[in-house]
Amino acid sequence: MNTFIIWLLALVQTALLVAIAPLFASWVKRIKCYLQNRRPPVLLQPYRDLRRLFAKKVVLADNASVIFRLAPYIVCGTTIMAAAVIPILIVQIPIASIADAIVLVGTFALGRFFLALAGLDVGTSFGGMGSSREMTIAALAEPAMLMVVFTLAMLASSSNLSTIVTYVLNQELVLRPSLLFALLALILVGIAETGRFPVDNPATHLELTMIHEAMILEYSGRHLALMELAAQLKFTIYAVLIANLFFPWGISQSLAPGALLLAVFSIAAKLTVLGAFLALSETTMAKMRLFRVPTFLAVAFTLSLLGMLSFIMLEGH
Amino acid sequence: MSESAVLVSIAIGSTLASCVFTLFADKYPSILKSVVFPLLALSGLTSMGACLLVLTGAPGFSGVLPIGLPWLFWHIHLDALAGFFLGIIGVITFSISLFAPGYIREYIHSDYSLVVLGLATGLFITGMQLVVIANDAFVFMVAWELMSVSSYFLVAYEHKESANRHAAFLYLLMAQIGALFILLGFGVLAAFAGDFAFESFRVTELTPFWAAVAFGLGLAGFGMKAGIVPLHIWLPEAHPVAPSHISALMSGVMLKVAVYGFIRLVFDLLGDLHWSWGIVLLIVGSVTALYGVLYALMQHDLKRLLAYHSVENIGIIYIGLGLSVIFFSAGQTTFGVLGLIAALYHTLNHALFKSLLFLGAGAVLSRGHERNLEHMGGLIHRMPWTALFFLIGCISISALPPFNGFVSEWLTFQTALQATMLESGVLRAVIPITAAMLALTGALAAACFVKVYGIAFLGQARSRRVRHAREASKGMVIAQGLLAGLCLLFGVLPTTTVAALNRIAYDLTGHRVAAATQQGWLWLTPVDPKVASYSAPLILLGVLIILAIWASIYLLSRRQRRIQPVPRKAPWDCGFGPLNPRMQYSATAFAMPIRHVFRSMMRLQEEKIREMDPHLLTRPVGLRYLFHAKDISWHYLYLPVERLLHAAARRVGRIQTGHLRHYLAYSFFTLVFLLWLIT
Repeated sequence: MNTFIIWLLALVQTALLVAIAPLFASWVKRIKCYLQNRRPPVLLQPYRDLRRLFAKKVVLADNASVIFRLAPYIVCGTTIMAAAVIPILIVQIPIASIADAIVLVGTFALGRFFLALAGLDVGTSFGGMGSSREMTIAALAEPAMLMVVFTLAMLASSSNLSTIVTYVLNQELVLRPSLLFALLALILVGIAETGRFPVDNPATHLELTMIHEAMILEYSGRHLALMELAAQLKFTIYAVLIANLFFPWGISQSLAPGALLLAVFSIAAKLTVLGAFLALSETTMAKMRLFRVPTFLAVAFTLSLLGMLSFIMLEGH
Repeated sequence: MSESAVLVSIAIGSTLASCVFTLFADKYPSILKSVVFPLLALSGLTSMGACLLVLTGAPGFSGVLPIGLPWLFWHIHLDALAGFFLGIIGVITFSISLFAPGYIREYIHSDYSLVVLGLATGLFITGMQLVVIANDAFVFMVAWELMSVSSYFLVAYEHKESANRHAAFLYLLMAQIGALFILLGFGVLAAFAGDFAFESFRVTELTPFWAAVAFGLGLAGFGMKAGIVPLHIWLPEAHPVAPSHISALMSGVMLKVAVYGFIRLVFDLLGDLHWSWGIVLLIVGSVTALYGVLYALMQHDLKRLLAYHSVENIGIIYIGLGLSVIFFSAGQTTFGVLGLIAALYHTLNHALFKSLLFLGAGAVLSRGHERNLEHMGGLIHRMPWTALFFLIGCISISALPPFNGFVSEWLTFQTALQATMLESGVLRAVIPITAAMLALTGALAAACFVKVYGIAFLGQARSRRVRHAREASKGMVIAQGLLAGLCLLFGVLPTTTVAALNRIAYDLTGHRVAAATQQGWLWLTPVDPKVASYSAPLILLGVLIILAIWASIYLLSRRQRRIQPVPRKAPWDCGFGPLNPRMQYSATAFAMPIRHVFRSMMRLQEEKIREMDPHLLTRPVGLRYLFHAKDISWHYLYLPVERLLHAAARRVGRIQTGHLRHYLAYSFFTLVFLLWLIT
């Protein structure tokens, strides 16, 4: 009975995350609009967009192959799989042992592989340009991401996300330099991977700057809806990862209704604050030239490496 | 005679028989299809059978064959390690025996002799089979040379092109230098053991210095064949020019035989492992992996690109071996075994997906007559099956779940994560950096295979021949399908595979990782379920659900599509009129940002040529862009050595004066010197 409930809860929390992903993206946009003296759209606008796109008919490019049609499902599906394995409300979910943090990175990579292929499928320069840039950025971001994972995994002696969260939750409140460096690195990696300022601009269709939008330029209808949802969900997953890995307080360690309610509120509060911070940083920063991005990611990598080394040199044993 | 001995003798017997029958191939080309390749298939199947037998616990065998030198008969032996590598040889031999009949059709009426091709292929496979079952240094070297020399003829097969002859010569030269190192390495062991048999090597204790010397010689010798940087230089030259099924054998299997030799030497014959060897292996491995993938990204010849990826994967295998050596020398035997298992797993995986990719490249070459990525495009519409299997190969080699490449890299990462268990601070810091290099390599490999697949199979055809390519023959497709299926199988059943690899590790080192397979076939838990777990079958289930949703939406909307088909429109062209295939992103353009980031690590040659109208010299008629990434090891290692050799040869050449009296004087003084020596 208990296992049934816990599996059910795991599915419910995944569904919840998928459901609030557009809201989170909208929230960041809203704060950004306020900060930039613009009038924001209503908070539920992304849901309206998605509904409209799902209702619309698909139009395919002349040359589109099966990869192009399959990619939205793979991209969205792998992102939902990633959402399923991270601890959101409860620490010990059985589903988390399907995939540890390294598999999580691999799942994202699988989605990105198909996304980039879809960009090349139609045979326009836009798609190719987007794919090329996306894969370059991913190639540089992934090592940094894995170094963050390694730092956490060495800290908790485990690469299972549940175990890492439990470890951070139960340690006494000390400032660990390794955690701090890892946090900074993960924020930079998350910005690069989800295509936010200053790496990519999700709001533009200017060919010189766009990355993610260039790859999905030929999509329409439900395909586009799935791609948009996947992007919003990935953005939210990174936010949840940052929130729950480094500030896990409030996450429930049991199935008690009170604790679960607290967990819902705490993750909502954490995402609200995190979103506001992100909006603030996006407002104060200009987008980088593409060839500055490697430097940005090199900083992320150096930070994660510092985190790892400071754990080994200062905190080991 | 045990069952495994019977199977192995059938395997070697049928390869040799195929050599005999192939002698008639020029007169009756059909004999290849009806006799020679079926014999190779039989050889492959029986090798796989022997492998399965020894990996499921049946005893191997040892034997002394009454051939060889009068005082030195041939010792052969099959244990779990040898059986595993025999199995790898078997799988790939079996698939190329399906693939080759369709592929070699174009050679039947060409200037090249089918006898040479068949004979060299047979001897090549025999050589590899003998290497893995050799149980003394003498047989080992004979088999090794058989393998090297017969593959020389395969590389030089299309000998009318001077580039191929050049590549083959380079290959032979490097192979012989490598063999010399191996011979010297065995010589060190033989000097202590007083015998050439591996049995005596095992019981001999070497002094630390001489053990290190033997290790170094083995690393250089086997590394020359396996393709570690900077000894890899022959590999991107030789692999692409051989016929594609031979490239699959060379890249998929021959490099693995070199890995086998190295594992046999280090883990079996040398005795105690020293931690510094592990560091050397880690550095060599990570440099090789990164170097291989970076140069692979710069290539636009498909087979050459794949050859550079072999270099990369050998690096990954060596990283696993290095971790294993470090943990064994530190007494952490469980993690040592884990590293060894990761390396062996990656060896198997690389054999499968690299052969698959070479066969796919062969199918494209035989149907589209094109090796250059810049002239391909849109093949998914023309060759759907090849495209599907090639995609599986690409996903596997990019280390993406749930395919096999991911499992072995994941295991390597898990081993590296145990670095906190080590005492030495240096080791604890070096291992994570290696892991970061591995992560970078994996991500760059994914970028590279997006490039390959996206440029070659997606988009629009960039040349006429590719536009009219047809699907490959049935045998070629089945061979690729088989390997693709195995890539998925070994990706989804890692626990079963690790259980089998555990047996090899136990056989070799006397230790095993018990925890890895404790949770049943669904869960792979290398150290402990609490530390790390991965369930490939459930990930596959997730992917299958995604595919099922897609398929059901596709099928449900079928009726609606019949009334109103999905509209197809021209892609967005910014309003400038129709797009043509030449406006697509090219392979060189795709890799440009990465080239820009890593430009300091390679020598890039870019040339922009403006062609002028011959009548009006100020009017440009065309602009050409040439790009070539030169291997820096040529520039920094091989050319200086070559210059040195030339200079030395010139110095020595001075004694050749051309006067008879000088030569007489040389003979006279030599004689006097020798007489003085013996008195």
